[in-house]
Parts: sequence; C-alpha cells; structure tokens
Amino acid sequence: MKIVIINYGAGNIQSIKFAIQRLGYEAVLTSDVNEILAADKVIFPGVGEASSAMHKLKASGLDALVPTLKQPVLGICLGMQLMCNATEEGDTKGLGIFDVDVVKFSKKVKVPQIGWNQIANLKSDLFSGISEGEYIYLVHSFYAPICKETIATSEYELEYSAALQKNNFYGTQFHPEKSSSVGEKILMNFLRIK
Amino acid sequence: MLTKRIIPCLDIKDGRTVKGINFVDLRDAGDPVELAEIYANSGADELVFLDISATEEKRKTLADLVYRVAEKVNIPFTVGGGIASIEDVDMLLQNGADKVSINSSAVKNPQLINDLSAKFGSQCIVVAIDAKLIEGEWIVHLVGGKVPTEIRLFDWAKEVEERGAGEILFTSMDNDGTKDGFANEALARLSTELNIPIIASGGAGNMQHFTDTFIEGKADAALAASVFHFKEIEIVDLKKELKDNGIPVRI
Repeated sequence: MKIVIINYGAGNIQSIKFAIQRLGYEAVLTSDVNEILAADKVIFPGVGEASSAMHKLKASGLDALVPTLKQPVLGICLGMQLMCNATEEGDTKGLGIFDVDVVKFSKKVKVPQIGWNQIANLKSDLFSGISEGEYIYLVHSFYAPICKETIATSEYELEYSAALQKNNFYGTQFHPEKSSSVGEKILMNFLRIK
Repeated sequence: MLTKRIIPCLDIKDGRTVKGINFVDLRDAGDPVELAEIYANSGADELVFLDISATEEKRKTLADLVYRVAEKVNIPFTVGGGIASIEDVDMLLQNGADKVSINSSAVKNPQLINDLSAKFGSQCIVVAIDAKLIEGEWIVHLVGGKVPTEIRLFDWAKEVEERGAGEILFTSMDNDGTKDGFANEALARLSTELNIPIIASGGAGNMQHFTDTFIEGKADAALAASVFHFKEIEIVDLKKELKDNGIPVRI
C-alpha cells in the first residue's frame, strides 16, 4: 500500500509518519503531484494558522489537486478545516470539499481547546471498533459546526464536528497520531478503507 | 467533555534522564524514550521534557532525542529548556515535538512569543513562568527560579496571553519540591483572569493535591516529576481517584 502525506510546509508531519510506521506501514512525505495521484491513501495534515497554511498550499499548486483526488483522503486538524468551504481564521477560503464554514469558539471557554475530549455519534468505517465516548486528543481554536457531513461529534462550549466525511474525503479535528491506541485504531481503519 | 490532564515531567541532560528514577522494570533507567513509553502506556495524557544540559552539542542531542521520542510515543509531548529562537523551535517541531516551552528567553525578549506563535501557531507555544511570593506579590523569576525580576506574575501572564501563547505552565518556586500541594490561590487567579489553559506545577506530594489543584486551583492540567518517577503515585490510581472526586479524566 502506498501512503503519502502531503508536504506543503504546514505542520508536524513527522508525528503522522511515525504513527503510520508504528502500524507497520511506510508513508512518504511529498508535494509531488504524480506521487500523490498514484497513492492508495493520502493524508492531508496541517497545524498553525489557516490563511498562511492555505497560502503555502496554493504556492505549492496543490489546492487544485486535493479536491480532485479519487482515493481515500484524510485531513487532520487544520487539514480538515482547510477542506471546508471557509474558515473564519484569517478570513480564509477553503477547498470547498465539506459544505460547512469553520468558526471560532467563543470566549465562554478557554481557547485553544487543548487536551483529551470524547467523541460520540460515530458513523462511518473510520470508527469501526471504536466505542462511543472514547477519548481523542485535540488542539484547536476553530471548529466545524454540526452539518450533514458530520460523522463524529465532540463537545466544548457546544456540540461540534469532531470528524467529517464526504465520499472518499475524511477529516478529523482531532489528532489520531497523538490519540494513543484509540487514534492508532482510527488511522488503521482509514488505511483499510477501499 | 474536555478532561483534566496529568503530565509527568522528565528532566534531560545530554540526552539522558537525570535524577534518580525508580523504575525497576526499566531496562535502562537513563533512557528517556523507554520511560516516555511507559508513561504513555500507563495513562499519562502528555509529557514534558525539560532539557537542562549546557553543552555545545545540546541542540543536536535534543533534536535527536525528540526524534526518537516521536517515533515511539503516541501521546503529545512538549520540549523546553534553553529555547531562544525561531530556529530552535523549527528544529524541534521538525523532529516531531508537538509543543515547545519557553521561559527566560520570553522574559528577555517578549517579542519572541509573537514571532513564534505567528510562525508556528499558538497551539504549540507554551510559556513557562516561574514565580515566588515576595512580600505579598508574586514575582517572576528566571534561570530555573534562581534570579528574581521586577515583573509581577499576573501582569506577565496577561501579556504572554496577548502576545499569542497557547498555554501557560506556572511553577510556584515556593511550592516546588515541598510536596505540600500546588499554589492553588495563584493558579485560580491565573485561570480566571486568563482565557488560555493553565498547567499547574510545583508541590505535588499526594493524590489529594491533584484534586485540589483542579478544583480550588481551577487548573487545566497538572505537572509533576518525582511523585511519578519514584512511583509514590501511580497515574492509573491517581486518575481513578480524580474520577471518584468528580473530576473529568481520561481513563
């Protein structure tokens, strides 16, 4: 199985590569269009600030490529947010894969949300074998509200999307690569998706 | 529900853990990677590595350690100790650190907080603050709490938040090493006046101290070293007790 992690200069991609390695697979970090197109699985990472990450993605020319991919694609954290219509952070237009606008948590709660929270209302193969209420690790100030593409929810100030799916595109707000054995199971589920 | 975090802290010198660590089951008691794995498997929510080495090869040794930890450990970890520039942070994050913690360098050059959070995002910038209560005022100290400044804790904490820190790691020098509990009054004030997570550090001696710092101190996370390293407290037992006390924890 050929797994690629899109390398566009935004984020801690080393951790994702290592997590996949712990599952017994190798992932290649790349920004090469042909290599991405030829992969069986594509991981779209991202941490940091949305507008500068989007800027980097555009500079690499991959903003046009990602929405056209046919194989399973997993966006993680900011990667997932960039796959949405838009994000309030830096007033950034997204890739428009998920039909939802990302917004900021209010000042009623501490921002960023940092730590382990629970996931619920699990749908999709991404969560097979995962129980309702399992803990996952998140670090984020912005969130995708609940929408028709929500396949997992979490709660912080309000209920929001912990994961999204549309066709072959998956996104998790949490970091499966940092979510202990639960996260590893979720990553493994992603690698098993046909 | 977001849970309260338990964070063991490992002191590192020249790529090895320092101070006695009482783990009989360790093959190599000085290997931070092996210890980190044990903590990750025993329910620690995060890890902090504090590098106290002062050699010229420090940076490379630390980057190498970070790489080896990231390879094996499936929970987040923060690296601190002498980090003073964008290049330092870049190297640590590239090697797989999730967050970095800065302390004296931020006091000396507060703009560093802005620069780092702009470049890497607030979420990976922890500002550590060491303070001591002097004549009724909490005063920020540098160099591991040895050198006093003129800066007041609450003013500095507020500034750190405004400059873009994602989290504050607050160590009370008065409590550190006493095993008498955390500085809950100061912690509660930080937690109320600021809108970013606060990590409590210094003073953990028993399980009740953790309950107290989460309830009275309103802390979002609690960090400790010796009580975990000497197995005076097992993280599994601690979390069970916290849960029994109504505190949300990941079990």
